[in-house]
Amino acid sequence: MILIIEQILNGLQYGVMLFLLAAGLTLIFGIMGVINLAHGSLYMVGAYAGTWFAALTGSFWLGLPAALIAAALAGAALELLVIRRLYHRSHLDQVLATFAIILIANESITLLFGRQPVFTLLPEAFSGSVELLPGLFYPAYRLLIIVAGLLVALGLSLLITRTRIGMLVRAGATNREMVRVMGVDIRMLYTAVFGLGALLAGLAGYLTGPISAVQVGMGEHILLPAFVVVVIGGTGSIRGAFVAGITLGVIDTCLRAFLPDLLNLMMPVAQADALGLGISSMGIYLLMAIVLLIRPKGLFPVGAT
Amino acid sequence: MRQPVAILLALVVLAVLPTLAAWAGSPATVPLATRILIYGIAAASLNFALGYGGMISFGHAAFFGIGGYVVAILFTHWFNEAPIFGLIPGTNQLLITLPLAIVVSGLFAAAIGALSLRTGGVQFIMITLAFAQMLFFLFVSLKAYGGEDGLSMRRPDAFLGLNLRDRPTMYYLTLVITVLFFAGLRRLVRSSFGTVLDGIRQNERRMEALGIATYRHKLFAFILSGMGVGMAGALMANAMRYVSPDMMHWSRSGELMIMVILGGTGTLLGPLYGAAALLLLETWLAGWTEHWSLGEGLVLLAVVMFSRGGLIALLRRRT
Amino acid sequence: MSAVLEVSGLVKRFGGLVATDHVTLDVQAGEIHALIGPNGAGKSTLINQLSGEIAPDAGTIRLLGRDVTHEPAHARVRLGLGRTFQVTSLLDECTVSESVALAVQAHAGGNLKLWDRAANRTPVRTRTEALLAGTALEPRAAMRAADLSHGERKQLELVMALALEPKLMLLDEPMAGLGHVESGEMIEVLRGLRARAGVLLVEHDMDAVFALADRISVLVYGQIVASGSVEEIRENPEVRAAYLGGEDELC
Repeated sequence: MILIIEQILNGLQYGVMLFLLAAGLTLIFGIMGVINLAHGSLYMVGAYAGTWFAALTGSFWLGLPAALIAAALAGAALELLVIRRLYHRSHLDQVLATFAIILIANESITLLFGRQPVFTLLPEAFSGSVELLPGLFYPAYRLLIIVAGLLVALGLSLLITRTRIGMLVRAGATNREMVRVMGVDIRMLYTAVFGLGALLAGLAGYLTGPISAVQVGMGEHILLPAFVVVVIGGTGSIRGAFVAGITLGVIDTCLRAFLPDLLNLMMPVAQADALGLGISSMGIYLLMAIVLLIRPKGLFPVGAT
Repeated sequence: MRQPVAILLALVVLAVLPTLAAWAGSPATVPLATRILIYGIAAASLNFALGYGGMISFGHAAFFGIGGYVVAILFTHWFNEAPIFGLIPGTNQLLITLPLAIVVSGLFAAAIGALSLRTGGVQFIMITLAFAQMLFFLFVSLKAYGGEDGLSMRRPDAFLGLNLRDRPTMYYLTLVITVLFFAGLRRLVRSSFGTVLDGIRQNERRMEALGIATYRHKLFAFILSGMGVGMAGALMANAMRYVSPDMMHWSRSGELMIMVILGGTGTLLGPLYGAAALLLLETWLAGWTEHWSLGEGLVLLAVVMFSRGGLIALLRRRT
Repeated sequence: MSAVLEVSGLVKRFGGLVATDHVTLDVQAGEIHALIGPNGAGKSTLINQLSGEIAPDAGTIRLLGRDVTHEPAHARVRLGLGRTFQVTSLLDECTVSESVALAVQAHAGGNLKLWDRAANRTPVRTRTEALLAGTALEPRAAMRAADLSHGERKQLELVMALALEPKLMLLDEPMAGLGHVESGEMIEVLRGLRARAGVLLVEHDMDAVFALADRISVLVYGQIVASGSVEEIRENPEVRAAYLGGEDELC
């Protein structure tokens, strides 16, 4: 039982990570109609910048603003230099241009930091475990991630539903022309939204540092699951990204944790491990295919009445 | 009348390439040229769905891998003299493995296409990617066939007593298949079906109003496209004597798309030029710096941002 | 006379809005049945249900006596339905003759042939030339559809529909955006259609409607409020109140 709760918490933690990435992706897609494969690179930039600054200053907490600023700046630069020219291009051009950005970003990071993974130091206050239930010890840092992710989700939903920017964002996701007609400087809005998405990606990247290694290619690792979240949740929908992110995080983590053991009841260990891992890796894609076949626009389609 | 002359000239150069390479003392050119031809077939097949049919598939590497695995799996079972499931004997005869690879890829394309084509736009891009990822992870988990490490073939398949291990021989076989493939593709594009497909790409609603069952036609094109990529995968398995899940990785799908764009979408030979350009660029940059993918990324970005219609358009503009 | 189209009790709802409210109408062979109504009356929604792009919530659609309510758009075309779009929908990269040839080919069949030469199909070419002969499009045969004038695009759409030898034509505002001269030409073309097919004509241009229609039905808020001959509709007080409103809109 404790094992199950622990894995669900792990899933929750992975889920909020996915949400942080998917939130930016879904806004960028919903509002600007751009498929941004380079979103994972912003995640990586945040992780490297934050880790580097934290190592320099010896403080995890000083690394955080560094990660956010670096990712947001990189995002804004990316929007101004590249993405802005892609708004009216086909999805194909968008996919390829941002694919090229991945290659460039990965290789630039390799040039700067080398191929060896780096590790982010854990903040001291959160290095221990918390006893959540009698006998259930859970790493404090992971709890921090979950809480931070939920707070961001709350903040985003307030931003989207309560503020003028949020109103524009919602209007933009449903009807781009309408925002244009309202005389809003659409370019500023786009850059701001892209910067915000990048910032969230950077946050996710830095927070994940102490748990898994910071390395080149980490972005692509989480990019595809994040895209799955976006598609399942319904492109442009923050709520969809949240629900799908948490659900997929939990499902994926639990499959990985429990499937090999279940299969082991039927076959030898080595085979069960490999097959279990394979099937659990396939899990989220299978789920996406099923959702798309039943609801082609995702679970929370934007613009539907 | 200039184009036929140019193509004839290119064919002559391709025909004497191994001799030239031996003479110039760079034997590595031959396997590189073989890989270019194979990727050219794969990219041109993808282009049939993408450029001619307007279906942006981000999962075509799956068929590349399927084609390769059909060859390697049949070979392994033949080599170990252990029939598949104790029923189907393996084989190393190219005349069996190649058509079988094409058929099996076609079956996978039929299943994936039938489901994926019910969606459109970004959802289509993502669902094709999802299916390819599923196959990728499936083969990663198949320990019996090497899992992540892939599957090596002791020898290439046997074909009419030729020694396919000999690089020029493999090259010439690939060249012949390439020429036949592009001749067939040219015919396909200009056929009644090709014309209808072109119409569907331009305006699906209009074709539906002309009484065309667009879903069925698109699915057919998707299957043909998958079969072509599968054939390329089978050839690659023979040329490299090795297959791995890497052949189906999503970045491989991206590379195939890059080749198509680089050469020119919706053109017959463009993807072949695109394959040549990308592989030559990679080889050249790799010989120059270990950070070659930085250069590749920059070149690719420049091509997507600033050129319309790829290399083919550049060539046409000049002449 | 026999009915080529029989619609009965057709209903379509979008959320709370009833876009098509128990519509019953028919089109006889050799007649032009005009459907008029103010903007937002649900004319396009109705046309799109008849053509098969939108599925109705209730009611039946019979084409040449056959129930096609649940048939997809292409199957209805195969049975003898031809249509034009409110906003012209063409193959912009194809030339005029390529477009018509494709329509002819689509109708002739063999669309899954992989190994023939589409350009060499003589029957298709002959028929294409015959369809274009004598039309205003003939001198434009080698021009790309994208480069045609608005009126020419409307005509091309019509010729492509005719290539399918339809028994029923659904025309969604064929006069929209045409200049005076072009309108006159289009009226002549449509008048010639009567001999070939039954026509359901959705149109705002009352001159054209009164010049062409054998019967007129008036659609308001998704309901047919009146149906009858040109004279009856002209004189119907309810129609004048509900739709035609002021005298100025009558012509």
